[in-house]
Amino acid sequence: MEKGTFIKMALTGNEAYAYAMKQINPDVVAAYPITPATEIVQIFSKYVANGEVDTEFIPVESEHSALSACVGASVGGARVMTGTSSQGLALMHEIQYIAAGLRLPIVMAVANRTLSAPINIHGDHSDTMGSRDSGWIQIYTENANEAYHSVIMAIKIAETVNLPAMVMLDGFIISHEMEVVNTLPDEEVKKFIGERKPLYNLFDFENPVTVGPLDLQDYYFEHKRQQMEAMFNAKKVILEITKKYNDTFGTDIPAFVEPYRLDDAEYAVVALSSAASTLKEIIDEWREKGEKVGLLRLRITRPFPYEEVKKYLSGIKAVGVMDRAETHSTLGGPMLQEVKAALYDAEKRPKITGFVFGLGGRDFDDEQANTVLSMIKDLKDGKELPLYSFIGVRE
Amino acid sequence: MGKKYLEIRWHGRGGMGAKTGALLLGEAMMQQGKYIQAFPEYGPERRGAPVTAYNRIADEPIRIHYGIKSPDVIMILDPTLLNTEKVWLGIREDTIFIINSGLEPNQIKEKFNIKNKLFAVNATAISESIIGRNLPNTPMLGAFVKATGAIPFDEFLKSVEARLKMKYREDIVKKNMEAIKKAYEEVKES
Repeated sequence: MEKGTFIKMALTGNEAYAYAMKQINPDVVAAYPITPATEIVQIFSKYVANGEVDTEFIPVESEHSALSACVGASVGGARVMTGTSSQGLALMHEIQYIAAGLRLPIVMAVANRTLSAPINIHGDHSDTMGSRDSGWIQIYTENANEAYHSVIMAIKIAETVNLPAMVMLDGFIISHEMEVVNTLPDEEVKKFIGERKPLYNLFDFENPVTVGPLDLQDYYFEHKRQQMEAMFNAKKVILEITKKYNDTFGTDIPAFVEPYRLDDAEYAVVALSSAASTLKEIIDEWREKGEKVGLLRLRITRPFPYEEVKKYLSGIKAVGVMDRAETHSTLGGPMLQEVKAALYDAEKRPKITGFVFGLGGRDFDDEQANTVLSMIKDLKDGKELPLYSFIGVRE
Repeated sequence: MGKKYLEIRWHGRGGMGAKTGALLLGEAMMQQGKYIQAFPEYGPERRGAPVTAYNRIADEPIRIHYGIKSPDVIMILDPTLLNTEKVWLGIREDTIFIINSGLEPNQIKEKFNIKNKLFAVNATAISESIIGRNLPNTPMLGAFVKATGAIPFDEFLKSVEARLKMKYREDIVKKNMEAIKKAYEEVKES
């Protein structure tokens, strides 16, 4: 394949994701369709039914069992994938820690959707933000095209560092939106991801291993320390694999962060996923009016890119951080808190405020984007703002 | 917007295929080398409830991700929706109406006091006679192509046929193609 030549396909985010899964052709996929479920696994199950993949598809009775089955298969050395959303991810919570603690490179699709109550099936980041401390690599993608390439990269990353990874796309906003996706030929995907090389072989009876035994005061801490070391090391691996992917295929996917028009920016907004994409367009409009404003998109939040955040936001006068999730701590959204923490020891610390927006799938539109930029500009000009504000809500 | 992107808003009812119509159009425009978006606005999904779907079509990648507030073209799959407020949101003087209706374009204009460029075709009658039930989405696509000239008709037909074939039996695909052609021929302008 010539670098930079893609097979263009019109796909929804879910279709793009499932298509990447088809090309990855994992050994095992286990899933359950809770409400609200992601369509990704449903689409993938058709590939299984049509014999287009070799995957062993394990339908189970709950998300808890789905991830448990994934853990078992991954311990057995299989390349394992699953997908879920919202309540399903919440139900997996217990097993997420086990997958990470056992160092299993499971890759999970999450179409970000809100959590009940009130009952709502639409998009926000409540679900995966609740998994921040579970030990999974977290990748937030901005459109269907990026979701497609990110899944393929995630397999390679997870299997290199032996940690699980979840790759997100915004529920409905991206998952159900058809866009142009630059796909790769099957054999190129296959070549890039290679084979999984498990750390041990359960069936090697000459060298038996025990997986998941009791591990008390004597060694638990050491094992957790090693797990943490894997997350520290993931940083370098992610940068290398992303670079290799872009160099091989001519894509332009940022690794941890994407700085946008930040070079001479006096104020900036920090955002994830599709909202960041929308903000780029609005920032262009503001730039045309002579405003020195930019964006820092966070793409990978676990491990958290504190060095990049410091590098790009130090010296900027005012920063606003967007969160499509609440922490209910009264301290602001999760990304606000983490960006603040990363900037605490920056040489030139910006003024910072936060915005919670788009909960339960409320559209984040140009009007809200303009409001956000105006408020950050006010902050730059010396106006006092609260710790964080709610955007696009009826008070 | 309306400058960088051609923005199309579909209004139908659950079961009429507004979303599928938007997806078919999106794919056909992609094959013309365009960047596209096609997405529905999901409410409670039930047959008969008002449904909105959207298309953006552009020569460059589309970065914004929210509903279309001021469409260049509005596709009405059920004329009774003209009595609902939502259809009229953001309608400009130059918004083009394409309406599924048994009425003549002039009659619709008079009835709803529309001054805009307007196209009408009886997509319900076409789909009922050819497909056997009220599925106005594909004939409305025929009307769209005639009204806007956004894509050469033969290339459009090829794209839609290929897409439908992936999902439906040959006889259903054939009937849909026939309905699209009939609507393309019958659509009237005022």
